[in-house]
Amino acid sequence: MDFQVVVLAGGTSKKLVPLVSKEVPKALLPVANRPVLSYVLEQLELSNIKDLIVVVEGADAALCVGGWISAAYVDRLHVEVATVPEDVGTAGALRAIAHHLTAKDVLVVSGDLVSDVPPGAVTAAHRRHDAVVTAMICSVPVSGLSEAGSSGAKDKTKKPGRYNIIGMDPTKQFLLHIATGAELEKDTRIRKSILRAVGQMDIRADLMDAHMYAFNRSVLQEVLDQKDKFQSLKQDVLPYLVRSQLKSEILINGAPQGQQAKENGNDKVSYRILANASTPSFHELYALGPNGSAPVRRTHKCCVYIASNSKYCVRLNSIQAFMDINRDVIGEANHLSGYNFSAQNNIIHPSAELGSKTTVGPHCMLGEGSQMGDKCSVKRSVIGRHCRIGSNVKVVNSVVMNHVTIGDGCSIQGSVICSNAQLQERVALKDCQVLSLSTSVFLSLSSNEYL
Amino acid sequence: MDSRRSSRAVIDPKVRQVGFFTSAPLPPDRTQSDPPDPIRSPPLADASSPGNSLSPVMIPPPRHPSDSLLRLPHSPSDAFPPPSPTTTTTSLGDFSDDVTAASSPPPAAARVRGRGSSVKQQGAASSFPGGGFEVPPSVKAPSSVPASGLTTVSVVKLPPGISVEVQSDRALNSKPLKEKTSKAERRAIQEAQRAAKAAAKAEGIKTPAVTALANAKSAKSTKPSPQRNDSAVVVAASEKKGGDRSVEKDRKKDVPHPRMQYDDKSRVQKLKKRSVVKPTEARNRVELFRHLPQYEHGTQLPVLQSKFFQLDTLHPAVYKVGLQYLSGDICGGNARCIAMLQAFQEAIRDYSTPPAKTLSRDLTAKISSYVSFLIDCRPLSVSMGNAIRFLKSQIAKIPISLSESEAKATLHSDIERFINEKIILADRVIVKHAVTKIRDGDVLLTYGSSSAVEMILQHAHELGKQFRVVIVDSRPKHEGKLLLRRLVRKGLSCTYTHINAISYIMHEVTRVFLGASSVLSNGTVYSRVGTACVAMVAYGFHIPVLVCCEAYKFHERVQLDSICSNELGDPDSISKVPGREDINHLDGWDKSENLQLLNLIYDATPSDYVSLIITDYGMIPPTSVPVIVREYGRGQLWIYEECDPLASPGRCSDAVFFVDGLIFYPSQHLVLSFWFPDRPPSGLNNDLLERSDNFVTVAENGNFTNFEL
Repeated sequence: MDFQVVVLAGGTSKKLVPLVSKEVPKALLPVANRPVLSYVLEQLELSNIKDLIVVVEGADAALCVGGWISAAYVDRLHVEVATVPEDVGTAGALRAIAHHLTAKDVLVVSGDLVSDVPPGAVTAAHRRHDAVVTAMICSVPVSGLSEAGSSGAKDKTKKPGRYNIIGMDPTKQFLLHIATGAELEKDTRIRKSILRAVGQMDIRADLMDAHMYAFNRSVLQEVLDQKDKFQSLKQDVLPYLVRSQLKSEILINGAPQGQQAKENGNDKVSYRILANASTPSFHELYALGPNGSAPVRRTHKCCVYIASNSKYCVRLNSIQAFMDINRDVIGEANHLSGYNFSAQNNIIHPSAELGSKTTVGPHCMLGEGSQMGDKCSVKRSVIGRHCRIGSNVKVVNSVVMNHVTIGDGCSIQGSVICSNAQLQERVALKDCQVLSLSTSVFLSLSSNEYL
Repeated sequence: MDSRRSSRAVIDPKVRQVGFFTSAPLPPDRTQSDPPDPIRSPPLADASSPGNSLSPVMIPPPRHPSDSLLRLPHSPSDAFPPPSPTTTTTSLGDFSDDVTAASSPPPAAARVRGRGSSVKQQGAASSFPGGGFEVPPSVKAPSSVPASGLTTVSVVKLPPGISVEVQSDRALNSKPLKEKTSKAERRAIQEAQRAAKAAAKAEGIKTPAVTALANAKSAKSTKPSPQRNDSAVVVAASEKKGGDRSVEKDRKKDVPHPRMQYDDKSRVQKLKKRSVVKPTEARNRVELFRHLPQYEHGTQLPVLQSKFFQLDTLHPAVYKVGLQYLSGDICGGNARCIAMLQAFQEAIRDYSTPPAKTLSRDLTAKISSYVSFLIDCRPLSVSMGNAIRFLKSQIAKIPISLSESEAKATLHSDIERFINEKIILADRVIVKHAVTKIRDGDVLLTYGSSSAVEMILQHAHELGKQFRVVIVDSRPKHEGKLLLRRLVRKGLSCTYTHINAISYIMHEVTRVFLGASSVLSNGTVYSRVGTACVAMVAYGFHIPVLVCCEAYKFHERVQLDSICSNELGDPDSISKVPGREDINHLDGWDKSENLQLLNLIYDATPSDYVSLIITDYGMIPPTSVPVIVREYGRGQLWIYEECDPLASPGRCSDAVFFVDGLIFYPSQHLVLSFWFPDRPPSGLNNDLLERSDNFVTVAENGNFTNFEL
């Protein structure tokens, strides 16, 4: 289909700093005991995409990710791992691998996307309109605890102002305006020319950019070449393309607008027949100019694909998102996890050992070789491989990674405990992140601290 | 399109059933469907059954390998007296040619005899296919594919009693024979008996004759091949072709027949299995229109989109066109046809023949798969069907000696020529003709948005004629609005109204110009729904109705109503009015069981209401459509003549000159040539003008001038 797929796996993200480390780059963070990158790769594999380029920031991370991919996907996918220096940004990463891109269009997916939206939908929308860029947008996830109906309201108060503003045309096919997070404290400026050409703009604040883009390859490369200050696809390249869509500065050598159809008379006629038969988008009308003869202005199209609400689509770009995704993947979006759920709606590995009177509730996951003592209770949590959990331990809404030792009588709520951590007896954790490296925790901690 | 016709003969169940249930045990419909057979192979009729009056009917033509398999198990295992080896020879001989390949007839006979004896020895039907298909060492690779597939099936589960099951299996997989099994059995018996008789009489000549028949069949249904001799070489060659054909036929079956009956459950199931865009069950089907493909846009589009990367075999250009059909981005007969052809052009450009395959066969199969994908997206229009037929015939015509790049270049230019001549030039000629029918002061009415009518109106306006246009439009597509927009921009004075007001507005109209999706050979105009209504009202007001339709949209089909063949649109689009929340009274009612929404796309205007059809061959009455179809149909192209047309002025009697150098001769109807605008032909002088008695129209600077001669 003449598409190349680039997965931007990132490196060690700052936002996820307690969780990620040199050994565990962001792409390998476990989500339901699988690296988060595997969700993207498997979604792509499901769509019959076998050739991928995975771009990793930092040599160490690239080594880890490359090692994991070659172990997990040998004979299944043809993956090339490219290493780019850290802090080049997404646009920089693409700039670095630009010479590998040859196909007509490029699909760029963020490696931290956990989604069941078929990537083909984005590419198909892209092809249908001959767009220069098509972005997938999804509804902003309701973060926080799922059982509480009030959590939505609570989160809104918790994180005010962090909205995305996305403007679309009434048919919801074209992207007219996009502004993300940081700029939003200030006023939002909308281009008058675009508004005038379209006539009507839907502005949505409940949608966000899912970081899956289909780019016209030549346009992307041109933009990256010309604007060498652009760091990020999301904050620089995409807004630039959207902003300039009615006064396009890029030369489209694929010429989606059919501008080269003037060479001879017959081509022109057939082009006109084709153009007359289809309902013109505002781009074409605008390009035609006021008197509507030959196209006078250059335009390009920026399309959107809106993931339907029934699909799951979240990015793992914060600790909260990490918790949410872990919860959802074994909860409401459990078809993503790829595991078979038991009748109790949980996954307990056959080799896991449970003590007497220990209950593992629904939406839980217990990894391979983990041991639990007596009278434990696990609710809505993921417990990794080879963990040792003593007696009388309560684990609620938490993620416990691999090789964690938890002493008797601990109570863990809403926390992340990274690999190799050790908790002494009777530790109570609430909303904490416990770093790995064999930290031993003696104290009871609460609220947003990490060691 | 040959493939379409032959596959209809195989698939269409209704016709078959009627034939079988009402007539005598021997259905004549097969031979009726191939009338030339008895004529083409008279030696067979004479030789195989001289004493029998029904001879052409008796040995039914080998339509398909599965047919032959159906007959096979019964001949040895059923209750009639065991046939002599020679009878088996004939009964096998006439169909095995389709499947297996033998070097020459005498070995074939020998082989079959061997098979007959083996049946006797083993005494069970289970051994037959292995014996029949695997023994010959000279089986060619392509032909062995379907044969071996069948073999395994029958070997695994074919004790004599279960053969019916196998049949129904086959029926599900390849052709709907369900009700026919007992008939088929009986027929197999009869046939064998008759063949036995015939064999006893004329044993010597028979085998070659029968194979000759098979050859004739296979040759005919693939393409007309001139050599149909009985010589051994030819037999071998065409047998190879027969094997290929069965493969190709299997592929062809992947293409759902354009006029499939969608209320036939088994067929729909089958279609679902192979189609790319899953047709989902429509909610409430309107009783009369159950047989049509039901419109389920809401589910088809996402499915097709999500399959983007799965459709590896599909060319991206074809995929894009399919997507645009499905989403309604492209509509209109000409536009869809051009878009499709241009996509095929791109696909052919990127095509490379896989090793060990020939370009013509593989490309045909590929195009067929593209077409089936496009059908999944939206049913084909007649114009597209004709274009596909043309393309396939051009592919078939490619000589095998041509190199791949040459062949691709040829096809590319063929498609280019089709677009240029059959659509664009045809439109110009139509414009040329139609403009003569527009006088100053006319009020022209048009319905919807037809590309040909639009060109006529614009051209007449450019000529400076004073007229007014009434554009009649209808919900839900509002195609007329776009036309209106373009015409108003050009400065035409227009009136826009909806079809509800047709009887009012018709008072002031002097001519009605209509476009058409297709004109059928009984003169019926098949066009956007509402056209019939407009035509009838105009007829009632005694206003001439002129239908503008390029000749490539003509079709030999006859249709009396718009029920048996039509297309269904999105039912929601008629129940919902965009932008008018206040009148969406039907919201959510589509789940209700006693509400059926019908959104037809086309209707059929009887020829009585059409005064004139303006086509590229001139202005004709609707009754003359069959003549055009007969004379100019079959994908014929006009021929470019590079010579100076004015050297032979006799042919220029009614030439039409175009500004950019094309000359068209409607009366010669085949000749098209160039003159050069910068070097006006010297022949345009009195010398020429005196000699011809019609008039020559010369286009200068975009204006047409009539030279009275």
